[in-house]
Amino acid sequence: MTLKDLKPGQSAVVKKLTGEGAVKRRIMDMGLTKGTEILVRKVAPLGDPLELTVRGYELSVRKADAEMIEVEEKV
Amino acid sequence: MAVTIALAGNPNAGKTTLFNQLTGSNQYVGNWPGVTVEKKEGKLKGHKDVIIADLPGIYSLSPYTLEEVVARNYLINNRPNAILNIVDGTNLERNLYLSTQLKELGVPVIMAINMMDVVTKNGDVLNLEALGKAMGCKVISISALRNQGIDELISLAVAEANSGAEPAIEHRFSENVEKALSEIQSKITGEVPEALTRFFSIKLFERDDKIRNELPEKAKNVDLESIISEIEKEEDDDAESIITNERYKYIQSIISSAYEKRGQTGLTVSDKIDAIVTNRFLALPLFALIMFGVYYISISTVGTKMTDWVNDVLFGNNPWSFFGLFDVPSIPGAVTSLLESMNVSEALQGLVIDGIVAGVGAVIGFLPQMLTFFLFLAFLEGCGYMARVAFIMDRVFRKFGLSGKSFIPMLIGTGCGVPGVMGSRTVENERDRRMTIMTTTFIPCSAKLPVIALLAGALFNNSAWVGWSAYFLGVCAIVFSGIVLKKTKMFAGQPAPFVMELPAYHMPRPIDILKSMGERGMSFVKKAGTVILLAAILVWFLSRFNFQMQYLPEEEMDSSILAGFGNSLVWLFAPLGWGQWKAVVAAVTGLIAKENVVGTFGTLFNYAGDASELADDSSAIWEKVREYFGSGLAGYSFLAFNLLCAPCFAAIGAIKREMNNGRWTMFAIGWECFLAYCVSLVIYQIGGLVTGAVKFNIFTIVAFLLVAAGIWGLLRPYKEADTLSEKEERAVERAMA
Repeated sequence: MTLKDLKPGQSAVVKKLTGEGAVKRRIMDMGLTKGTEILVRKVAPLGDPLELTVRGYELSVRKADAEMIEVEEKV
Repeated sequence: MAVTIALAGNPNAGKTTLFNQLTGSNQYVGNWPGVTVEKKEGKLKGHKDVIIADLPGIYSLSPYTLEEVVARNYLINNRPNAILNIVDGTNLERNLYLSTQLKELGVPVIMAINMMDVVTKNGDVLNLEALGKAMGCKVISISALRNQGIDELISLAVAEANSGAEPAIEHRFSENVEKALSEIQSKITGEVPEALTRFFSIKLFERDDKIRNELPEKAKNVDLESIISEIEKEEDDDAESIITNERYKYIQSIISSAYEKRGQTGLTVSDKIDAIVTNRFLALPLFALIMFGVYYISISTVGTKMTDWVNDVLFGNNPWSFFGLFDVPSIPGAVTSLLESMNVSEALQGLVIDGIVAGVGAVIGFLPQMLTFFLFLAFLEGCGYMARVAFIMDRVFRKFGLSGKSFIPMLIGTGCGVPGVMGSRTVENERDRRMTIMTTTFIPCSAKLPVIALLAGALFNNSAWVGWSAYFLGVCAIVFSGIVLKKTKMFAGQPAPFVMELPAYHMPRPIDILKSMGERGMSFVKKAGTVILLAAILVWFLSRFNFQMQYLPEEEMDSSILAGFGNSLVWLFAPLGWGQWKAVVAAVTGLIAKENVVGTFGTLFNYAGDASELADDSSAIWEKVREYFGSGLAGYSFLAFNLLCAPCFAAIGAIKREMNNGRWTMFAIGWECFLAYCVSLVIYQIGGLVTGAVKFNIFTIVAFLLVAAGIWGLLRPYKEADTLSEKEERAVERAMA
């Protein structure tokens, strides 16, 4: 599953990043690397982007980009 | 000898506050050459020979965003004596990621851990000594907000910058990556500056082409592919990801040894604020409310009252009363009587009063409104709300190649385009910023209202739909431009990853807000002021002299150079339905200030009263305007053109200031005029064909072709770019040379 499939309140661990170039690098630079824990906090009022908690801070990512992040849900 | 210290750090780490603390009032604000990224420099307090260069706020030294490329090119080419790395102590993990990269540049690094007061208050403990040892540099804790630790930081930074010591690089990647790096290193040793060999090796390993292309010929062409792909195979990942992963792993190991989280993990204050501010149902109403407040105060009330006072009283025609105590002459009044007492010729008086004083007035007049707005903007940015605006509005705006933050400049643009254009500086990436600058003035500003009122009154029975349609037209022009232009080569080359931090809320220092307000105000006066003044003088000259270089009284404007110029352009505007020189001249004088369109009509129609007062109530000349345009269609075409074409000189000046590039400024103005012309042509020709007012002719075909081209522009496929365009790169290269 990808990050896009998670609902607010769900946590997951990053498995793999697909995609390439600027967006992928930016996502990694912001700390979303393999093995990182993510908590999906909320979805913006208009349905996109997402707000995540990563490495102790808040990050917003568009759903289209979240699709590039393969995750495994943490129960 | 002058010493330079570069200030680097993540956005929202408190860099602006620290910079203000370090330099006091001794600052120079400008742009990095050729790009819209802001550049600040200042002299270190108490050390006249130490310069602090403020780099753009960045998260990494990747080759993908303009800010990062600007920052790293500066660090590579200008070689500051030290790097002062400000780190947000409440967000160590991500902040240290940049630090590990800065450490590789072969320049001494001093790490200032900011917001230590908050860390302590949370009950967490950070072992500075262990952190310093792990990172291999001096570490000091500060609170920029509370002015704690700044003096120690200053003396430490100066000592470090003057020491000239070789900085130690403590961080090692995993064994096989290190092996590959040393292989690369051995191939480029001697070809590149020694201090930078490790940095270049890592960048070459990451396949950073931008760095590779800047290397000397020999180093540029070394074949490293086999070394890199071998590791990639082993690790089953690309080289860039391997490096990033290992950096974060390394940081985690540092944190586990140096940072102890003792505080409770519960909802922070920021979380509680966000529970309301970005709430599914409350976010948009709250946003509307805040926007209304900003608009109401800076445009409707305080700002405008002050602007009106400057325009009508200070730069008005009559003396004004100083709190009822005594009369003070207005500036034009005082200058006139001074010139009269000196027996200066009428033409020279005209130049000074109507050209220079009016031109200066046009610049100063905008200031109060701008400053009030900038005050709010600085606060919204400083406290962290602007990032939420982008979060809330992103969905709507990204379709048009704009950012969620573009909403604010455009809203302010309904009052005045000048602060609107300057407000675009808060937009996060350069492409969106340029698009915002280009399109903000499509929204009818308050100075365009008298023009709308004139034509609505004269030709449409004062019908309310004319006003509404003007705003609708403006919004359509923005949406259309956004969709069409983002697909063009000029815009396509820039990636716009929207991976944005939502920083914790905090109360900004009043002094930082005032500074930000002052800087923006001053940069408008300095940079835009010259354009406005020159243009105002030029138009004044053209409208008040005839071809024999004789000075004309205002009533004889119809024999001026400008009138001749208008006459020669009649053919150009004939297909729009108003190919008559008076309309052309009115449109040109509208460039000084849009409400001048109305006054010029008054003058040209020999209105008996004071033509400048027509802007408030133009009903006296409705009759003449109706006869002049003949049909409502021609009048509406004229209105549409004036709403969309090049804005007033003040706004053009602001566009030039923000674009920071002559060609982009020309492109912005050119696009606005082009679009205005096309829209008016389509309205008149196709509208005329429908109503029967215009016979089918060559321009009707052109109009239909334009509509078809517009639809094609809207629908053609498009793919978001992945790297900075070549043009962008060259601009940065030139800037750094």
